[in-house]
Amino acid sequence: MLEQLETLILSLADDELIMGHRQAEWIGLGPILEEDIAFASIAQDETGHAQAYYQILTDLGLRTPDEYAFRRSAKEFRCAHLVELPNFDYDYSLALMRHFLYDGAEQVRLQALSHSAYEPLAGLAQRLLREEKYHWLHATTWIKRLGRSTEEAHLRLQSALNQLYPYAWGLFEELPEEAAMVEAGWIPPSAQLREQWLALVLPILEAAGLQTQMPSTQALTAVMGGRRGWHSPYFEALLAELTEVSASEPEAEW
Amino acid sequence: MASLDPRIQRAEPELWQTPNTTLGPLEHWTTYEVFLQKTRGSHAQHVGSLHAPDPEIALILAKEQYTRRSSCVSLWVVPTVCILKTTTEEEGMFQPAVDKTYREPQGYLNTRERLEKYRHRIPSSSC
Repeated sequence: MLEQLETLILSLADDELIMGHRQAEWIGLGPILEEDIAFASIAQDETGHAQAYYQILTDLGLRTPDEYAFRRSAKEFRCAHLVELPNFDYDYSLALMRHFLYDGAEQVRLQALSHSAYEPLAGLAQRLLREEKYHWLHATTWIKRLGRSTEEAHLRLQSALNQLYPYAWGLFEELPEEAAMVEAGWIPPSAQLREQWLALVLPILEAAGLQTQMPSTQALTAVMGGRRGWHSPYFEALLAELTEVSASEPEAEW
Repeated sequence: MASLDPRIQRAEPELWQTPNTTLGPLEHWTTYEVFLQKTRGSHAQHVGSLHAPDPEIALILAKEQYTRRSSCVSLWVVPTVCILKTTTEEEGMFQPAVDKTYREPQGYLNTRERLEKYRHRIPSSSC
């Protein structure tokens, strides 16, 4: 059971850690100063959430948050490919769209987890939801605002959505041995969460005049695997950068 | 958010129609003044300003600009253009020409003490 719990919590924590890292890469590059600060603050929140998830495992006598973040090999990570994608050419519409799709998933995931039979997880989810309320407000306000903005804004958002949409489905990849977790009342089935997520994000995208197409099986196959430790081609480089300082002096006290 | 006091009419986001404008190289968005309410029942206090394309964006940006290092219970944003300010030349009118310390809050200090003193000066029968 402990092994399954670790799998579940790492899938949640690793998404947060890597999402936080990618969003933090925007520091100093945001479209305006005020948005730069807000986005960086959100990134920092996500990293903090990762730490809080890892701490549940630490409290069970497993590794420390630093060990989970800095001393694992790529295949031990359980994050989805969506959060691993680089910021490419730093088009802010891509950053906003990823933020929107991801934080929508966080909304449904945390609401479900706040009723989890595993109490430490339920308690943490209830606390995180308070902070996530702002993330969701930030994401939806921008998508709605840009959705009724200029033709260029619309085209950029649509192109970002086309690129990221199948990856977002990858957030709901079935976990290894998920049936046992569902049986234990820890989580609802991933497919059920995906349906709730679609019901949340699709009306907002439609209201912003954006189109989605159900991803093909081929597209979906390509973005799955993160939960089992199979990552996108971008992940090794990301991990090398993330752990660079810590690896230079592994025993240092921070 | 609507106030419980019917005399107070705050902005309804649905009613805001902010035109889309494309900014030139050296142009920037308009500014909003941010007011923060620390605790329920306390006054909203001005904490600073920021740039935003509309009031809703101003609110989400205000949250991180002005509350990330401390907490609060609510925020207001007001377009700076809605604020009318007295001029520097008018500054003098705030300075009293004669002694008006009796109007200042400390004029009400020791009221009980002074009242007691006064009571002693009048015959008890008239009380």
